[in-house]
Amino acid sequence: MRYAMAIDTLKCVGCSDCVIACQMENNVPIGFCRDWVVESVHGSYPEVGLELRSERCNHCENAPCVRCCPTGASHIVEGGIVLVTQNKCIGCGACIQACPYDARYSHPEGYVDKCTFCNHRVTEGLNPACVSVCPTKCMYFGDLDDANSDISNILATRKYKALAPEAGTNPQIFYLV
Amino acid sequence: MKTRREFIKISALGIGAAAIASQSNRWGFGLPLYADENKSNKSKATKLTPTYCEVCFWKCAAWAHINDNGKILKLTGNANDPQCNGRLCPRGTGGVGMVYDDDRLKTPLIRVVENGKQTYREASWPEALDYIAEKMKEIAAKNGPESIALFNHGSAGGHFTHLLKSFGSSTITAPSFAQCRGPRETGFETTFGAQVGSPEPTDIRDTRCLVLIGSHIGENMHNAQVQEFSDAVDKGATIITVDPRLSIAANKSKYWLPIKPATDIALLLSWIHVLIDEEIYNKEYVAKHTMGLDQLKVHVSTFTPEWAYGITNIKPSVIRQTAREMADAAPSVLIHPGRHVTWYGDDAQRSRAIAILNGLLGSWGARGGFFMKASAGIPDFPHPEYPKPKWSWPEVLNGKYPFASMSVSNTFIEASISSNDNKYPIKAWFVAGTNLPVAIPMMSQMQKALQDLELVVVVDTMPTEVTGFADVVLPECTYLERHDDLRDVPHRVPTIALREPAIEPMWESKPAWWIAKQIGERLGLHDYFKYEDFEEVISWQLQQKGLTLAELKSKGIVVLPRHNESPYLDPKEDYHFNTPSGKVEFYSSALASAGFDPIPVYTPHPEPEDGFYRLIYGRAPMHTFSRTANNPNLTDLMDENSVWVHPKVASLWGLEEGKYTYLRNQDGITSNFPIKVRVTERIRWDSVYMVHGFGHNQKELSRAFGKGANDTQLITNVMIDPMMGGTGMRGNFVTFTATGATEEKEAAL
Repeated sequence: MRYAMAIDTLKCVGCSDCVIACQMENNVPIGFCRDWVVESVHGSYPEVGLELRSERCNHCENAPCVRCCPTGASHIVEGGIVLVTQNKCIGCGACIQACPYDARYSHPEGYVDKCTFCNHRVTEGLNPACVSVCPTKCMYFGDLDDANSDISNILATRKYKALAPEAGTNPQIFYLV
Repeated sequence: MKTRREFIKISALGIGAAAIASQSNRWGFGLPLYADENKSNKSKATKLTPTYCEVCFWKCAAWAHINDNGKILKLTGNANDPQCNGRLCPRGTGGVGMVYDDDRLKTPLIRVVENGKQTYREASWPEALDYIAEKMKEIAAKNGPESIALFNHGSAGGHFTHLLKSFGSSTITAPSFAQCRGPRETGFETTFGAQVGSPEPTDIRDTRCLVLIGSHIGENMHNAQVQEFSDAVDKGATIITVDPRLSIAANKSKYWLPIKPATDIALLLSWIHVLIDEEIYNKEYVAKHTMGLDQLKVHVSTFTPEWAYGITNIKPSVIRQTAREMADAAPSVLIHPGRHVTWYGDDAQRSRAIAILNGLLGSWGARGGFFMKASAGIPDFPHPEYPKPKWSWPEVLNGKYPFASMSVSNTFIEASISSNDNKYPIKAWFVAGTNLPVAIPMMSQMQKALQDLELVVVVDTMPTEVTGFADVVLPECTYLERHDDLRDVPHRVPTIALREPAIEPMWESKPAWWIAKQIGERLGLHDYFKYEDFEEVISWQLQQKGLTLAELKSKGIVVLPRHNESPYLDPKEDYHFNTPSGKVEFYSSALASAGFDPIPVYTPHPEPEDGFYRLIYGRAPMHTFSRTANNPNLTDLMDENSVWVHPKVASLWGLEEGKYTYLRNQDGITSNFPIKVRVTERIRWDSVYMVHGFGHNQKELSRAFGKGANDTQLITNVMIDPMMGGTGMRGNFVTFTATGATEEKEAAL
């Protein structure tokens, strides 16, 4: 089992519904977020284009946040999901520094917080909140080890990229381009 | 003696205490935080209540998830609703923020004079309602009930419409016609004999070619339309977007036509020219269903792509190629009518050009074009016949705007200014669910009207700008705390959706149906309000449709079969269009005899002077007009607008990305607040762009106050459409006053 997410940049409209759905689902305090939307513009008028990316923790196979965590709070569970055990976290912030995706933040209650792939939903057979809410249906979530899953199919047929491959983290979020 | 009605900041009452609440207090209704990943990340919802969203007019059916403590944890879309397919947009997802916003109106307020100064004092409901009813009786005795007008938007409007009609007034209006979609309704009605209506019957799901003219789907988050747009992208439909800005939709298009603003009619006429000149229009449809092709052919004969190039900046080859793309896809092609189309004062004619283009391609009534809508048809709860008013909105038009098919809100404002030649004077306003100073660009006339009116009642959930002008402010509860009319939106299939209160109304707020009934009872109109609870009304209505309240409570929405089987025209059958000729009218005799152009013509519009840039405005996906500007969850996504400027313009004016500037318009009006600069290649150098709905000057909107600039304030040149009274707002030009703006902004923070 290897959970992953593919996000179609050609369909995403950058509305931030993924962000607010995550905040509501996971009770993320106002002023913080576990996912966010990046817009990058290339070219110059009128030959101009843009790419929209809904970004979050990449649930890396080779996760620097897990390696650097002094207490073992950051760890990897079944399906490759990277989690933080909140009552083990001392809030030192080493993982925040180590993450090449800037995917973690210090929660006001003193621990480090980030995307969980909505593990509490996934274990109930639901999609993560961001995937469920997306009005453009541009997000695909599933098991890469299952060759028939939606995500395996979409990655087999579409061109895609991952972020910061040079960091060697083996990220599990893929962007369809 | 008339009381001069000064704008009152509601803080005078101490309700503004919330404005200084700390971040954590803002979320004082917050949910318990779990510190253990092994548990679900939030407290469990134990109850689901059906509702439909009120954050915009799309009204997606949704579920409110409520826990044992009676807190709404989240909102999710109803999977059976074709308007949302189980997916709410960001505004709908963030609708909870409307409920738990500490800045809400909490008690009725009455305007009083204390120590020579106007202020509000808190009032009890009976006191506020008595005051209103007495004033209404007094005004009706002097000027007739017709002189009491309603401005409305959204679900609350229906209840006050019923109240006013019961009292004998149909002087009812909404800014959604003359400040928004009116021109397209007139343009399509004079062509197809049918309005576009809301939601638009655009078959984007099955279209092969979608043409957007200034319509920024994806930034306007009209849910099902965005979903279908995404499907169209997936299916490889050809998308052509005409916009001076690289909108999100333009970026997903095969063709982006960065048109010179205000020249759209030239492009449309040129497209029509190509279709006719190359004989690639839908000949079968045109022969069967339309009239006026010969006149149209003569009319457009000189409007070649070369002619249009000089006007629009769009290359002739691109004009020809895009016209051929449309013809190739016909009839599964959609020249989208747009929604907010009050731009230059000749907007009904531009919309007619769009309608004619659709007619030439045969898309009206075709799969992948415009489908025929169906609605459920919900009967009125029994009540005596409404008294017949002596006059209504057509009289308020005062002989102007013969093709206005609905009331024109700006004429209501004019009719509220005392004048001897005003035969149909308006003396009182009910304002429900619309923030007029930000919605209608007529601040000076509005201020005059507000001095002359004898009664102004504002019903709202938030202390928006318009509440500061009221004699009585009534705190309405939010949509998650009340019943409303059953939802019956016309679309591919008829549906009926239920809104039940998820929680009890907070503070002293009350549902609109209750407020309307209470005033009605005081006016002796009991027979029009024969129910104690609005659920009785809903229950009776459902019964008439062979449904039960219990079923709706468990499902939230029911999808009904269509009465006429197909949403598309049968090519083999004749069809009578509701126009004077019974055909799709390329040439309109009705327009000609009223003194208007029977076929649209292009008229050049004023250009910005040196150093000024055309102000264009639009929507952001996480906000609805100005009404969400204080929502704690949605402001967390976006709390201010920015002004988009091309890099060349930025360097000319020394504007820096992320710094601030004031904007000054052609009439010397400077924005109340500085606005953040966004330097981007995504816009032409002759225009600037900003999102509408920011720059609030009401301090009690603690999150919205002073954030960004208000485009409506800068729209002082309003070009009225002579056909239907629409307020064209895109003829305003701004320049920059950056000196000191960033420092002032920083000092304010």
